Amino acid sequence: MAKTLFEKIWEGHVVHEEAGKPSLIYIDRHLVHEVTSPQAFEGLRMAKRPVRQPALTFATMDHNVPTTDRSQPIRDQISAKQIETLTNNCRDFDITLYDLKSPHHGIVHVIGPELGLTLPGLTVVCGDSHTSTHGAFGALAFGIGTSEVEHVLATQCLQQSRPKTLLIEIAGERAQGVEAKDIILYIIGQIGTHGGSGSVIEYAGEAVRALSMEERMTVCNMSIEAGARAGLIAPDETTYAYLKGRDYAPDDYEAACKDWSTLPTDTGATFDKRFHFDITALAPQVTWGTNPGQVVSVDGRVPLPAEMADENARKSAARALEYMGLKENTPIEDIAIDHVFIGSCTNSRIEDLRRAAQVAKDKRVASSVNAMVVPGSFAVKQQAEAEGLDRIFKEAGFEWRESGCSMCLAMNPDSLKPGERCASTSNRNFEGRQGQGGRTHLVSPTMAAAAALAGHFVDVRE
Amino acid sequence: MEPFKTLKGIVTLLDLPDVDTDQIIPKQFLKRIERTGFGQFLFYDWRFIDGEGLKPDFEMNAPRYQGASILVARANFGCGSSREHAPWALLDYGFRCIIAPSFADIFYNNCFKNGILPVCLSESDVETLFTRVRQTPGYTLSVDLEKQEIRSDDGLRFAIEIDPFRRDCLQKGLDDIGLTVAQQDKIAQYEAKRAAIVGAAL
Repeated sequence: MAKTLFEKIWEGHVVHEEAGKPSLIYIDRHLVHEVTSPQAFEGLRMAKRPVRQPALTFATMDHNVPTTDRSQPIRDQISAKQIETLTNNCRDFDITLYDLKSPHHGIVHVIGPELGLTLPGLTVVCGDSHTSTHGAFGALAFGIGTSEVEHVLATQCLQQSRPKTLLIEIAGERAQGVEAKDIILYIIGQIGTHGGSGSVIEYAGEAVRALSMEERMTVCNMSIEAGARAGLIAPDETTYAYLKGRDYAPDDYEAACKDWSTLPTDTGATFDKRFHFDITALAPQVTWGTNPGQVVSVDGRVPLPAEMADENARKSAARALEYMGLKENTPIEDIAIDHVFIGSCTNSRIEDLRRAAQVAKDKRVASSVNAMVVPGSFAVKQQAEAEGLDRIFKEAGFEWRESGCSMCLAMNPDSLKPGERCASTSNRNFEGRQGQGGRTHLVSPTMAAAAALAGHFVDVRE
Repeated sequence: MEPFKTLKGIVTLLDLPDVDTDQIIPKQFLKRIERTGFGQFLFYDWRFIDGEGLKPDFEMNAPRYQGASILVARANFGCGSSREHAPWALLDYGFRCIIAPSFADIFYNNCFKNGILPVCLSESDVETLFTRVRQTPGYTLSVDLEKQEIRSDDGLRFAIEIDPFRRDCLQKGLDDIGLTVAQQDKIAQYEAKRAAIVGAAL
């Protein structure tokens, strides 16, 4: 029978099934960070349970860490304690940790693929909703809560009810200046923030095949913002080429590729639901509201809530405009910004930085703007520095930082002040996400860099 | 985990769609390494003025809602971050049952791990509850998980749709890790079989 990519991975990981109960699913890779894990390790200690497969769990600290000089001690004592707790837990339970001194340090969803920990056909979980990123490799990857982190540590399994399948086919060739970020923001705008609820999305079609591995990660990363359990893209030559030679790539690589080539969805396989989009005419996207579905083209205007048919959408839009300090019908390009943040698990990889640097080269950040670039990992930072991207950014007036989650969620000292407006390459424009009272507009790296120079949004196609 | 059987309690309201876990418990409070003590920070930016006085225009702050154990909210409640600190904060504040037209998947799942019952009702049923609760100070609901029913003193009745396994775990306060540990022979068999197929790739 014809099967989808999701079905092949799911069925290959069922440890046990019983009628009327969730399936017991095996987990191949478990990624851990400092914020959602301390209570899980504490739970293990209280129940006197060991970690079943310490070699399948990998940890790093990314959410809390300062992105300034790493030779200095962490000043926030509570952050320092959480980071120290992860170090101790990894030592006590024999788990590999990429700490702040490691050459493999970085955002958990950047280093997993970089190290080749994320491979096609595997199940990958992490106590972090953006685990959906890893689906770009054709791995079934989803975020879990702390109780489930403990569950995986203790049993290497999770009890899961089978999600629905949703196919999103994307056709067309994108215009110059239109990026993966624009594609996924547009899709979320179309299907809504719970358009993917209860489902695993598979992205397919010619436009998806044309994406680089890093661009695929950007798309899958934001599946959670459409409410999906996970996002998936079938592995192909792009995937194999990216993974070849990575630290944890299989030894017999040819055999592995042959195995992976059986994963893509079979012709005739059925999905619970389908959407089809064409991106030929797509413009760069900018969010205007306080959820990622509240998005419009850069050449558009802030919408008029009164014109929205759905009452909930109308109420939500009116409230969002008030929080965002925006007047309806304002052209997007007239919105002035105070901050630019280029980073996060969505857009902090080398290709993102290259595109942003291309825009910034030989230009200056507007005097009214404070702009920062936070590479997703130490390896990305090193690569960027080898290419001279750091010089381009610094000469243009961007701050060049150490790796971490940084201002995506502002758990570390990088945050907005009340009322400040930021063009951000991150994934969430929720109220207060980048700092209490801060106002976030989600954009691509190219759009963020261009906004930094102009002091307001500009259409990078021009 | 405390078993959930029946609950009768004051109902409070949160009249916003897409309430994300960043709002339920803002990031500055995620640095604690315990599971307890998060209730004081629940809906922090909405509840408090500069972290001190209560904001009078935040509905939940009204004296009539104090001591509420049931929260009625709008669609896509709990979206965003997977942080289990969100249900920890709701539970610590006193909520055992949350009613909304829909929930984000990870949050929904996290509720069951902490003895909180999330109930999906239709948009119109939720609307009815908003109206009735606002009309009647001290409005209460009775939640009966055994009968899978929510009742009000003024005659409303709603069926609770819930996966039977989840209901069972909630009613008994079961540790689901313990249930999986009990399957360890099957896990070992699976591991042996997988190792033979994928070897080092596992």
